[in-house]
Amino acid sequence: MAADPPEPDDARHREREGAVSLNFTFDGVAMRARPGDTLAAALLRNGVRVVGRSFKYHRPRGVMSAGVEEPNALVTVGTGGRTEPNTRATDVFVYEGLVARSQNRWPSLAFDAGAVLGLAAPVFAAGFYYKTFFGPPKRWMFYERFIRRAAGMGNAPVEADPDPSEHRAAFCEMLVVGSGPAGLKAAEAAARAGHRVLLVEQDSELGGSLLFDGGDRGCIASARDAVLAAGGRVLTRTTASGLWDHGFVTLAEHIVEPGQAGPLSQRLWHVRARRIVLATGAMERPLTFADNDRPGIMLSRSVRTYVGRFGVVPGKRAVIATSNDDAYATATALADAGCEVVAILDSRTRAVIAETAHCPVFFDAVPTGTTGRNSLASVTATVAGKPHRFDADLLAMSGGFTPVVHLHSQGSGKLDWSAAIQAFVPGATDQALVAVGGAAGEIDAVAPATPILGTPKTSFIDFQNDVTAADIDLAYAEGYRSVEHLKRYTTLGMGTDQGKTSNMAALARLAGAAGVDIPTAGLTRFRPPYTPLSLGALAGPDGGGHAAPSRRLALHDRHMALAPLWQPLGLWHRPRAYPRAGETLHDAAMREARAVRTTAGIVDVSTLAKFAVSGPDAAALLEIVCATGVAKLAVGRGRYTFMLREDGMVMDDGTVWRTGETTYLLTSSTGGAERMEAHLSYAHRVLAPDLRVSVVMQQEQFAGIALAGPLARDVLEGLTGSPPPAHMGLANAAIAGVPVVVLAASYSGERAFEVYAAGDVAGPVWDALHDAVTARGGCAYGLEALEFLRIEKGHIVVGGEADGRMTAHDLRLEKMLRKAGGYIGASALERPALASPDRLQLVGLASRGDGIPEGAMLVASVGAKVEGHVTSAGPRVLEDGGIALALLRGGRARLGETLVASSPTRGKYVTVTVVEPVFHDPKGARYRD
Amino acid sequence: MLLISCPHCGERAQVEFTYERTLDSVVTLAMPPEDAMRALYERANPRGLDDELWRHSYGCRQWLLIRRNRTTHAIESVKAR
Ligand SMILES: [Zn+2]
Repeated sequence: MAADPPEPDDARHREREGAVSLNFTFDGVAMRARPGDTLAAALLRNGVRVVGRSFKYHRPRGVMSAGVEEPNALVTVGTGGRTEPNTRATDVFVYEGLVARSQNRWPSLAFDAGAVLGLAAPVFAAGFYYKTFFGPPKRWMFYERFIRRAAGMGNAPVEADPDPSEHRAAFCEMLVVGSGPAGLKAAEAAARAGHRVLLVEQDSELGGSLLFDGGDRGCIASARDAVLAAGGRVLTRTTASGLWDHGFVTLAEHIVEPGQAGPLSQRLWHVRARRIVLATGAMERPLTFADNDRPGIMLSRSVRTYVGRFGVVPGKRAVIATSNDDAYATATALADAGCEVVAILDSRTRAVIAETAHCPVFFDAVPTGTTGRNSLASVTATVAGKPHRFDADLLAMSGGFTPVVHLHSQGSGKLDWSAAIQAFVPGATDQALVAVGGAAGEIDAVAPATPILGTPKTSFIDFQNDVTAADIDLAYAEGYRSVEHLKRYTTLGMGTDQGKTSNMAALARLAGAAGVDIPTAGLTRFRPPYTPLSLGALAGPDGGGHAAPSRRLALHDRHMALAPLWQPLGLWHRPRAYPRAGETLHDAAMREARAVRTTAGIVDVSTLAKFAVSGPDAAALLEIVCATGVAKLAVGRGRYTFMLREDGMVMDDGTVWRTGETTYLLTSSTGGAERMEAHLSYAHRVLAPDLRVSVVMQQEQFAGIALAGPLARDVLEGLTGSPPPAHMGLANAAIAGVPVVVLAASYSGERAFEVYAAGDVAGPVWDALHDAVTARGGCAYGLEALEFLRIEKGHIVVGGEADGRMTAHDLRLEKMLRKAGGYIGASALERPALASPDRLQLVGLASRGDGIPEGAMLVASVGAKVEGHVTSAGPRVLEDGGIALALLRGGRARLGETLVASSPTRGKYVTVTVVEPVFHDPKGARYRD
Repeated sequence: MLLISCPHCGERAQVEFTYERTLDSVVTLAMPPEDAMRALYERANPRGLDDELWRHSYGCRQWLLIRRNRTTHAIESVKAR
């Protein structure tokens, strides 16, 4: 155990120290923190050294850093739906009642059964998963139970998050990311020049290094005031998470801390910035040596943060190991805080800065190993080639600093190598973006990484994913030379920290193995998000019932009165059937379909796409879009039509009606409505811009009710008082005083009329039709019955039979194609492959007894080659037997063949006969005049 | 996310627009079948500048001709069509 509460003599420390007044728990143990503590600071304050177990080997790990780069100290905070796994203890500020739990340990943090994996380490070397997955299946079967138990990075909660997140947009002339000295300076200058500045800081306080390294803190308030005075905004606890094109940046703002209750948990900002300043600073790199992962081994500047900002000294006897000057300040800070600094190990031959007076400094000195059980006890080193040993409970290490170039790289910025700081710095970019301060590489020079002495197998590079120097050597030896392959083979940089502390050390090791310099070894591109982003923040308000808009029919309330089963269809909700007491869906649909075949029924068809096409060139536009003849249509008449894509495949179908001399009504499928709107617009505005025509989509303006059945004509005449139009005729009329348009078209195979009325006044029309139909023994019917009826009649449906790969010929529609051509897709039909007799073609299937499984494969016998598939299936409405529509290779020439509709997943194999795809009234005698 | 300056509406976010196609894939009505198939299936897919048809679907709904660098996403011009 470590760290007594410190007694710093610095006046600033005393000023910042409030009472230890916040209560929190860690693994059920009650602890106290000071306001402003991160969880990591509070844990160190309470003497906690082991915070978690490592991912693969279950080695004890402690706090290594003081920032978002933390690879080790991952904890689960919060309870119930507010549970937030994999929270960096360094990136959550303690609040009253915080509940934190360690992860990846079993049965307890102090004694972990999985730690025996440490003994079996060679088993889990680099490429273990790779080799196991690509090896014989038995291998995986053996290891699976073992891995499932041992692996894991915390558990996601199963409860819903009780606190919502929101999204918000913002604009600014300048976005400044990071509020250290460089960011503050940039923000203040821009604000004083009158620009609207958005200054964001992921920490809870502005200031960056000013929070622990002294310096004039007056510039914090001065910059904040200047930004606010110029109409700008300052956001803390806000991480710039993604930088996209054209100055678009996403920010994740913590309204409350992870796991904390609040009216709002997070806010995701969508910011468009004219200019961006990256003042994101630099991250310290760990050193690589044997057993460099023991609790008590920390990054040097992080140690300084705990001492200077939080007043926590994380050890009593410290060794500093460094390759640069910055760590000397850590030695001074530790000594000032009363910690004994037993040695500074400097890998260089001499320091650039003046020697520190407090402690012995060794040059040409590097750590080679450590001892200790659950935390650091001693450090071994070589000094000028000779071994040394120092008893210490704290090792502050510094392998130099890596500019935080993530956002620059996300925005497609190039990275240049700087030998002086042994890191990549921002290079050319197409964005209006500039890096300043540490992010721009304004960092003390550093000595290149020294080769690892001692044991590569316990010299950790990626602490979070337990990737060691030996793993990288092995990957290289096995031929994984590219850094991209290395990543995948070793899982390096694939943890929740995305390799923030490990990338450079790994590259250095790889470059060393290959005998090349680091820039030649390469670097992977950084991708958003910079730090993990919760799914709740991404979803924002668009969750639950708001995940997608719900489109209701104009007659929704009328249907509700009949208590239907609803069926979502895209965003629409349509009645599927109207079951009566005791009826199943199938029973209800059969009753409804029989009513249509024997008396009359009504169905809501409001969702059909409807377009009013008008103007002198209306017919010309329709003849570009429709593959059938339109121009010869008489006023008051309509016909079936279909449209092709440019590649000749059937895209959609519907009806076209000539409502006046130069006005037409075009209908097409519900699901294709938006696509058809774009298609019509494309045809007009891009292909034929000179046409004098207007197209207005009227899908939602009109409610549509189809009335079908042998009694439909009587019903309609009774309600309108005039004889209904003949088949494919059109008439204006009134029902219940409401003006309606009646289109005599049949989808069910019975005499039928589509009645359209303006959506807001359609209720009485439905009521009148429903009353009249039920008085004659009929009923309302839903989509299920509609499906039975159209299958029996052999009507294709877009997305079913017309699946985007079918030509008019395949679907038996070729006779309707306009001979003169000139429509979209016409020229593609001349492709020779489309004349192949082997194409899938529409057929009907009939079975004697069993229902035919929808989606089933069509085979000559079970296990034989697949020759087609069932697209729609249903029962005969008035007779026995199952029927289906199907697509079958060369189907048009195969009538009479016997096949098996095979559905192994459902265990259904039904013998079917190939027949013409019309089962009901093939000549249309029931609806023609 | 791109920032597109619609000549009718001003600067708007990409989410309001629909990319329709590269201009050289437009199959005109008069095109012989061979040319039509070439436009559909044998496009150049150049690295760098490209002329593209977009539509301001959730704005003015007008068609736009956008000259855009497909490598850097820099937009050189946006013209009403
Ligand atoms: Zn516009």
